[in-house]
Amino acid sequence: MSINQISVFVENKPGKLADITEILAKAEVDLRAMSIADTQDFGILRLIVDNPHAALTALRDNGCTVNVTSVLAVEMPDKPGGLAGVLRVLADKNVNVEYLYAFISRSKGNAYVILRVEDNEEAMAVLKEAGIGIVTAEQIYS
Amino acid sequence: MGKMYYQEDMETASRETMIKLQNERLVKNVKHAYDNIAAYREKCKETGVEPGDIKSIDDLHKLPFLSKDDLRDAYPYGYLALPLEDVVRIQSTSGTTGKRVVAFYTQADIDLWDECCARAIVAAGGTNKDVVHVSYGYGLFTGGPGLNGGSHKVGSLTLPMSSGNTERQLQFMIDLEATILCCTPSYAAFLAESLHSAGLRDQIKLKAGIFGAEAWSEEMRRDIEKNLGIKAYDIYGLTETSGPGVSFECEEQTGMHINEDHFIPEIIDPDTGEVLPLGEKGELVFSCISKQAFPLLRYRTRDICVLTRNECSCGRTLIKMSKPMGRSDDMLIIRGVNVFPSQIETVLMKEGYPANYQIILDRVNHTDTFEVQVEMTPEMFSDEVRIVAEKEKELLTALRAMLGISPKVTLMNPRSITRSEGKAVRVIDNRKI
Repeated sequence: MSINQISVFVENKPGKLADITEILAKAEVDLRAMSIADTQDFGILRLIVDNPHAALTALRDNGCTVNVTSVLAVEMPDKPGGLAGVLRVLADKNVNVEYLYAFISRSKGNAYVILRVEDNEEAMAVLKEAGIGIVTAEQIYS
Repeated sequence: MGKMYYQEDMETASRETMIKLQNERLVKNVKHAYDNIAAYREKCKETGVEPGDIKSIDDLHKLPFLSKDDLRDAYPYGYLALPLEDVVRIQSTSGTTGKRVVAFYTQADIDLWDECCARAIVAAGGTNKDVVHVSYGYGLFTGGPGLNGGSHKVGSLTLPMSSGNTERQLQFMIDLEATILCCTPSYAAFLAESLHSAGLRDQIKLKAGIFGAEAWSEEMRRDIEKNLGIKAYDIYGLTETSGPGVSFECEEQTGMHINEDHFIPEIIDPDTGEVLPLGEKGELVFSCISKQAFPLLRYRTRDICVLTRNECSCGRTLIKMSKPMGRSDDMLIIRGVNVFPSQIETVLMKEGYPANYQIILDRVNHTDTFEVQVEMTPEMFSDEVRIVAEKEKELLTALRAMLGISPKVTLMNPRSITRSEGKAVRVIDNRKI
């Protein structure tokens, strides 16, 4: 049960990030989680939103370079060692995590983390086997 | 300082003597080029001119023009006028792939080139007691070999430094007490800056500099002169006609004396080809009347400048050209290297980027900055920084291989680079030169 992450190319110029968030605001897209990776020359804004289709259309129409990647959203107890437990499970099975970022969970007592791995199916199987909760797209978008 | 010349008879020749010599040499070299270069003979036939029609320099205008395209089409040996056994050297233009031009030299051609550079060194006050520090690049580029040869002719101690390795440059300049520095003006400014920041400014013995191969302003000249405590002289040339030393500045610093016993200049209207009178601005054209291996006649330099023939306080009677004021084609000279926008376009297309790009040039601390803005495509984009950075690096490597210098690549959003009405603005040159 993977979910769609939208990545947006951000030119390294003042105001570019503001432009992108304004485009999404106009399209009435709600941000659920985000992270930005940056180099000296450019940035990549990664977004989890309530309506990926509306977000993609709005961004493309406004001349942004975007792509869609499948990522995993994982649920874990919101307490010390919560994330460590998840990552240990993956590490033991040799699943490489490209990057991850957290987002605000609406389920009390739990934390959500977005995981980008090479093979979603493989990672999901490993996590399920260890009894770790996978967040569904419906849970995120609703 | 008394008036010093390297070849006084030529440098101060009367107009009559010079015209007589030019007439003889021109008639001889037109016949030589016509007889020995098939491509040139064809060109003359198309124009309807034969060597017999050229009896003096007044007939020069009858000859067809030659351009970089002619040389490129004939690459490599098409314009070589002598059998290989008579030729001892090649040099090549700094612009690399796509616009490569190879020039050939006999030993006599190298000698006359060296002598031209020797005239420049002597005009800058050089003697056999001087130590000449040559920081032009050595190799295919003509800068290093030209000034190196000139310095030998003068009898100066020559430091063949080539460019790069700043620390060693400064050390040799100080330890060997170099008195004349030869390099591009931007490299001179860089060396001056390095000397200052190393606190070594008071340890140098430089008195003069001979700087060329790129455009520089009077303001930059004053800066370099002040920062190095020297007098800075301009020098001009191009590989196709030999290299640096086609013309050089004297102490008056009001234009460069052309060695017209070897190179006859003309100024033409770049659109019509019509020869313009002295004092009018136009494209500079050279006819090589002495060189044997590569005797180009009416070669279009694409440099825009003005010719003047006034009495010069240095005593030289050689005609003067102004600093080049621009180009009649789209060639850019960036850090002394010839760059054509079409080369950048070729790389972008090959690497899968749209051909909509922009070149932004500026000059910061006397050094050219060179940025290429490139539009991203969705295919080039990824959610992973590593992958996008890798693609950016691939593009940079390909550009460097094509151009010979490294631009800064800036990735932009699709269709974000301004498209103006009609002609695309490919180059924004903010350098004030």
